[in-house]
Amino acid sequence: MSIESLYQEIILDHYRAKRNSGLREPYDAEVHHVNPSCGDELTLRVSVVDGTVADVSYDGVGCSISQASTSVMTDLVIGATAQRALELHDGFQQMIQGRGDVHLDEDVYDDAVAFEGVAKFVGRVKCAMLGWAAVRDALLRVQAADKGD
Amino acid sequence: MNDRVAPLRTKPAAYDVGRLRRDFPILQRRIGSHPLTYLDSANTSQKPQAVVDALADHLLHHNANVARAMHALGAEATEAFEGARAKVATFVSAAGPHEIVFAKNASESLNLAAHTLGASLRPGDEVVVSIMEHHSNIVPWQLACERSGATLRWFDVTDDGRLDLASAQRDGLINERTKVVSLTWVSNVLGTVNPVALVADWAHSLGAVMVVDGSQGVPHLPTDVTALGADLLAFTGHKMCGPTGVGVLWGRYDLLASLPPFLGGGEMIEVVRMTGSTYAAPPHRFEAGTPPIAEVVGLGAAVDYLTAVGMPRIADHEHAITAYALRRLADVPGVRILGPREAVDRGGAISFTLGEVHPHDVMQLLDAAGVAVRGGHHCARPLHERLGIQSSIRASSYLYTTPAEIDRLADALDHTSAFFGGRVASRPSVDEIPLGQGGS
Repeated sequence: MSIESLYQEIILDHYRAKRNSGLREPYDAEVHHVNPSCGDELTLRVSVVDGTVADVSYDGVGCSISQASTSVMTDLVIGATAQRALELHDGFQQMIQGRGDVHLDEDVYDDAVAFEGVAKFVGRVKCAMLGWAAVRDALLRVQAADKGD
Repeated sequence: MNDRVAPLRTKPAAYDVGRLRRDFPILQRRIGSHPLTYLDSANTSQKPQAVVDALADHLLHHNANVARAMHALGAEATEAFEGARAKVATFVSAAGPHEIVFAKNASESLNLAAHTLGASLRPGDEVVVSIMEHHSNIVPWQLACERSGATLRWFDVTDDGRLDLASAQRDGLINERTKVVSLTWVSNVLGTVNPVALVADWAHSLGAVMVVDGSQGVPHLPTDVTALGADLLAFTGHKMCGPTGVGVLWGRYDLLASLPPFLGGGEMIEVVRMTGSTYAAPPHRFEAGTPPIAEVVGLGAAVDYLTAVGMPRIADHEHAITAYALRRLADVPGVRILGPREAVDRGGAISFTLGEVHPHDVMQLLDAAGVAVRGGHHCARPLHERLGIQSSIRASSYLYTTPAEIDRLADALDHTSAFFGGRVASRPSVDEIPLGQGGS
């Protein structure tokens, strides 16, 4: 359980150059998530067009793990159907809460496999989940609003 | 020097931190291949063998409920419990054990204060806290103000992390509408030692009650509640070598006697009738239900331990360690210290940032080197917001901290800067990043 297994180069790369960051218009739902134990905060917007995630934009403050995980997440869910994005959330959550026993399919999860090391650091699981939990919340709000129409 | 109590030797033994450390078995631990460097005592202190032994001895040989069990063990347990109350009273120079109320932690003590004092607050009344408070000395007063319609006001801090008395006096922060002032003795983030006696004089001159959060003060400084100027003083056992699960509220007895009950239940009553009840006198009025008996006994042992080492000597040691740590940290590139940078009116909690590296990441790298610190907002989010930062790293010392541990902290911080160096020194602007082109 070395420190290098936690801070994979891919994670540091995303931290240095976050993908899709900044808040953009148009959007269908905006959520604000916090990690009360360390104070990380994230505002995230999703735009869904014809059932497909057209954009995820965000602004937040947080550690390298939470920032990089959010960046990697946006790469994965933008362009996917909302349903597929929720499935990706579930798979990532199972892995990150699996204490290192659950592995991701690299063909599906791409850079997100770098977070398998985080699963062994229980104190950082919430950091890695912040962006994923926010996008799930936002997508569910869009779906609920659609049903209400 | 009083001849009757003077020890036989004429010179006190030097403060032997190496010998003290042997009283704390956990300090011999290793984290991976590194020796443990425990710099998180403001979070919770480590426990000497004597405290653990006292807990075990009580549970294994004297266990019974207190005050209601009439058998021999009940008498022993009650004696141990009330004996600890007397020890705590002496430790803070209270008028007597009847001024010591046991709660489960300092948060509960402050909630007790806010709830009972809050019962007489009315719309138009004001409660004053400070922006450097721990959440536990903000939220209970917010709740009390919400319930009563009173207004919450607060002291600001100066840029160097001191209580901003000048602007408070200019604005008439404490005035004839003020009913309660609740202030931390020592900041858990900045380390600032506040001029509590001065603020208490101001509060008292206008008829307000002075509540003091002593969580970071009582464990580290000789405490005299009268000199402090407090009417109520909250502190907790686990930050002063005692177990978790026991907090203390000291109160001036006539004030305690004027306050309504907090929690209802067994032990806090006088006579219970279905049509209404009368309540016990303090301190039992505020101790509903079976108290944390073994924990209180453990706290008594912690007080004995600290008293044997000597609180003035502990304070001197911590002052020296804090001065050394401030010097060492000032030399680490990228470190920005949040509180006072000189060891004057300053406790042993030192919070800082390290360049652009997030405190959570710093904490993780230090942990990999066996150095335990805290990263986050330390339950003081308003203060961090006031300082324009989201979070910080906090290293905090105690009676067992050595200069070598401070050196290991400084070295680990250098290593952390190198690990993240260049990679996170500058954040790319949003414009440099192409907008999302779809999933990969």
